[in-house]
Amino acid sequence: MVMPCRAVKGVWVTERFRLAIIGSGPAGLSAACHAARLGLSHVLLEKSDHLSDTIFKYQKGKHVMATPSALVLRAGMAFDAGKREGILGGWDAAAAECGVKVQYNAEVTGIDGNKDEFTIKLKNGIQVIAERIVFAIGTQGNPNLMQCPGGDLPHVQYQLNDPAEYVDEHITVVGAGDAGIENALGLVADPAQGNKVTIINRDDNFARSKPANVMLLQDAAAAGKLTIRTETTTAEVRSDEIVFDTRDGQETVRCDRIIARMGAAPPRKFIESCGIAFSGPDREAFPVLSAQFETSRAGIHVIGALAGYPLIKHCMNQGFDVVEFINGNDSLKPADEPILAGKFAALPGDRSVDQWLDLFQTEIEIFRELSALQLRELMLDSTVHAYAPGEVLFRRNEPGASLFSLAEGSVLVEIDAKDASRTVPIQQGSIVGEVGLISGRPRGSTVRADGPVIAVELPRAAALKLIATAPTVARAINRIAIERQLLQIFGSGLTPADVAELVDAATLEDKRAGEVVLAEGDLGKDVYIIRRGSMVVEKALAGRQVFLSYVPAGSYIGEMALIDDAPRSATVKAAIRSEVIRLPGEAFARLLARKPDLLKKAEGDMAARRALNQFIESRKEDFSGAVDLYSETAQFLLDNGLGEATDVLLIDETLCVGCDNCEKACADSHDGLSRLDREAGRTYARLHVPTSCRHCEHPHCMADCPPNAIKRGADGEVVIDDTCIGCGNCERNCPYGVIRMDSKPPPKPSLLEWMFFGRGPGPGEPSKGWRKKNAAPGVESPKKAIKCDMCSGIDGGPACVRACPTGAAIRVSPEQFLSVARLAEDAG
Amino acid sequence: MARAADQIKARRAALHEGFLRHAGFRWLKASAALCLVLLVIYALADFRPRAGGSTWYGYATGTLGAGLILWLTALGIRKRAMTPGAWSLKAWTSAHVYLGLSLVIVATLHTGFRFGWNVHTLAYALMMLVIVSGIFGVIAYARLPTALSANRGDTTEPQMIEAVHAIDRQLELAAQPLSRNQTDLVIAAMAQDPFGGSIVARLSGHYPRCATRTAIEEIAAASAEAEKVEVLLIRREAALIRLRRHLRLRGLLEGWLWVHVPATVALLAALTAHVIAEFYYW
Repeated sequence: MVMPCRAVKGVWVTERFRLAIIGSGPAGLSAACHAARLGLSHVLLEKSDHLSDTIFKYQKGKHVMATPSALVLRAGMAFDAGKREGILGGWDAAAAECGVKVQYNAEVTGIDGNKDEFTIKLKNGIQVIAERIVFAIGTQGNPNLMQCPGGDLPHVQYQLNDPAEYVDEHITVVGAGDAGIENALGLVADPAQGNKVTIINRDDNFARSKPANVMLLQDAAAAGKLTIRTETTTAEVRSDEIVFDTRDGQETVRCDRIIARMGAAPPRKFIESCGIAFSGPDREAFPVLSAQFETSRAGIHVIGALAGYPLIKHCMNQGFDVVEFINGNDSLKPADEPILAGKFAALPGDRSVDQWLDLFQTEIEIFRELSALQLRELMLDSTVHAYAPGEVLFRRNEPGASLFSLAEGSVLVEIDAKDASRTVPIQQGSIVGEVGLISGRPRGSTVRADGPVIAVELPRAAALKLIATAPTVARAINRIAIERQLLQIFGSGLTPADVAELVDAATLEDKRAGEVVLAEGDLGKDVYIIRRGSMVVEKALAGRQVFLSYVPAGSYIGEMALIDDAPRSATVKAAIRSEVIRLPGEAFARLLARKPDLLKKAEGDMAARRALNQFIESRKEDFSGAVDLYSETAQFLLDNGLGEATDVLLIDETLCVGCDNCEKACADSHDGLSRLDREAGRTYARLHVPTSCRHCEHPHCMADCPPNAIKRGADGEVVIDDTCIGCGNCERNCPYGVIRMDSKPPPKPSLLEWMFFGRGPGPGEPSKGWRKKNAAPGVESPKKAIKCDMCSGIDGGPACVRACPTGAAIRVSPEQFLSVARLAEDAG
Repeated sequence: MARAADQIKARRAALHEGFLRHAGFRWLKASAALCLVLLVIYALADFRPRAGGSTWYGYATGTLGAGLILWLTALGIRKRAMTPGAWSLKAWTSAHVYLGLSLVIVATLHTGFRFGWNVHTLAYALMMLVIVSGIFGVIAYARLPTALSANRGDTTEPQMIEAVHAIDRQLELAAQPLSRNQTDLVIAAMAQDPFGGSIVARLSGHYPRCATRTAIEEIAAASAEAEKVEVLLIRREAALIRLRRHLRLRGLLEGWLWVHVPATVALLAALTAHVIAEFYYW
């Protein structure tokens, strides 16, 4: 269409439209179709020469999904899941049918004027006059770029049009969002292309992506079609190689092409130049919008991905809604209104959906900077609760990883398991349950309502997605988590007010495996709390680095130099990829000066470490050999996963007679299936690490369990419950190969029957042959994931240790085992 | 909280003691004390007309000894019955060893040093056989695990067997160009059951008729092909030596049970006969 124009003072100016829609994606096109159907005078301005450029640029043949499936679609055109080509064709036809007026190749450069009289300037010089403007330009035009060295090399691309173009290439897809996953799957769809595809995910879970995509990706990885690397980031891009930062250190692999799909951000500069305010300073912040999608500049509306809503169905609904609003329909409710009304119906107080949303938004700290649309989306995934005074939100040791936020009323946290009257209050607007969310541990304490409470419960997946996509929420949750961790570690009568200065100044830092946090002799004074991962402490002795101790997550380091006003006395480096909270030394010193109790406690903690240093120094001549062996043994154990273990089975090979009674006992305690392989695994200095669960601090197996069947028990054990669906994700995700898939064998005759009459296979795991012969006919028992549960619930504790006749099998936690006390014992 | 942590720590430290040192030699001390008491009583008491099973001392030591034997036998069940509860097999083994040794004193004092060619002395002799085989077992348990571990390294038994099979697959191809005579030697080497051989060979580790060794000696490395086969045979021999050493150590660690357990069964039978005979002829 060529717009009717007239020349005004040498500039081509269009007629006056009621509505100008900028961008013809799902949102803009839906708005235009609806406007056309209503008979509103409108124009749809599209930058390119075709409709819906983002979807047009999807890879050929891509399957486009229609999520969330619960949402009702109301739009000017139809949409259902299907192939890219079919959807684009249908939309082109719909636009033509309802008479949408499109102006192609119309790139907007600026907007002048005010509500009812806007002038939109196009790149080709034409000015479009419109009473209202709807921005529906999405974010795809502004992808997040690779920031590492070499990120600007020519073989890094931010888009994949046709996966069939590439043959026999080593391709790395960076970013495991939906776009990255779909690109990776497209590249390996035809095995004849021979591409070696690796997809890297900086997190250990896929919270940002659609579950269906994640499932397809994991199936492809299980079939060996591609490689998934989790907890991995790019350190450097070279001409034919890529360097990864992984959990265990750096790794270099061949790479001919990089497809970076790390999300996109709104083209902020342009939007701001149009006079539209954003919700915050972050790159990923969105424009501030009213419930009618109106921006801070009256008469300009924003919908679709630019409004924070990347899903097609939402975009299309918003297109419909915004045209209704502009057309004067103020009573229109969003499409999700009935769903939310149903959710809120159980709450007391007889408020409308909008009133409830308003309450949540204003009262709950972490929701404050969300847009109205983000909040609605979050509410669809969440549950709302009303608690009577004294009612329990959750109990100590209960499994659960959801996040509770308090919209009305406060709660009491019971800090003493034995005395329910000792409590700490958490005020209205704050959150509870974030510890389980971050660490996967069961609830640490019982929390009950102090007066009537209205709370929003976010399930783990929704909470993780929120943290991943909304930086303001991540910051708010981090702040609360840091404050609580400080209070928990330093304890002794501190209040939130005491640590407020530290919390404000605290920064979170990621440490690569092997990265030095504190270097011996340095003059730094900052104090660090290990939030995730673990550290090793080393000291240089006669030119060698000698292993001193192991520091697990939840400990603090670096206070010695601060208190003594001396250089760092030892080197501390990350054993595995870790996260630390860095507290500025001066602020910490001020806190110590104010709180003599805290100083005393810190000095008490230090005394042990000081004694250790002196011990090593004084004895180094006597047992340099032993020190070496100890350092090497410690390194060996860390290489074998003890750095992230909480409880691990070790076998003292000077005592093990190889009777395998541990395996038999394990099988006989767990439905006839052994969860450990004694003989497999590595050995060093007579210490054997068998193939058996280490109960990692942050279990890899837990990262992607569809039914959320993997939990952490009261004693720290990581267990798989009966809801396991046998998908095998955990088996693939475990770096130590300790999970296997098997079905429950038929029951065995009793021990005495075996002893006296030779019936049945005897103690231990029955052979495959016996199981086949004795299986109940016609019943196929499903394979489920099995792994060590530390004999949770069995009186007496782990069977492997109880059943060892010589005392060779021991269970240890790394910080107890990797202590110099052992060195002293060994040296005699 | 801190106290629980200390307790766990103490328990863990205690856990890392071998069965001989268990709980600071608790059962060694207990059985030594038992023996000492019995010896002192034996030395001081006046047995008329003569010492033996039919005195009050004899009945006491006999009951004690029979009870100990039954309890010691129960280790076989304890080891295999994975019942819940705060028991430790290591503690049982420790007590089994030291209380078992104390039987030498208990039973000998029970006899009053009267032996003869009868079922009573048979029971005593069988008991001593069980104890002697047990002592061998204790020595094996104390000395051999280190050697077993050193020989094994990071490989498992199935992997060792697979290593031999992997070399065999290479040999099969490599030996194709060789002469009839030489291939026969290779076939003989591969056909020989790698751990076939007498119990003596298995426990001593000497396999004098090892076909692999013979093949290495007979196949002169005259040609490049023959040399390749010879290298493979030498590697096969090394893998065999490792596997055989592994089996020898496993054999020594388990073999004594083949005396210990049947002798225990025989002892229980003889003991029953001894007790019945004793009370029948009262």
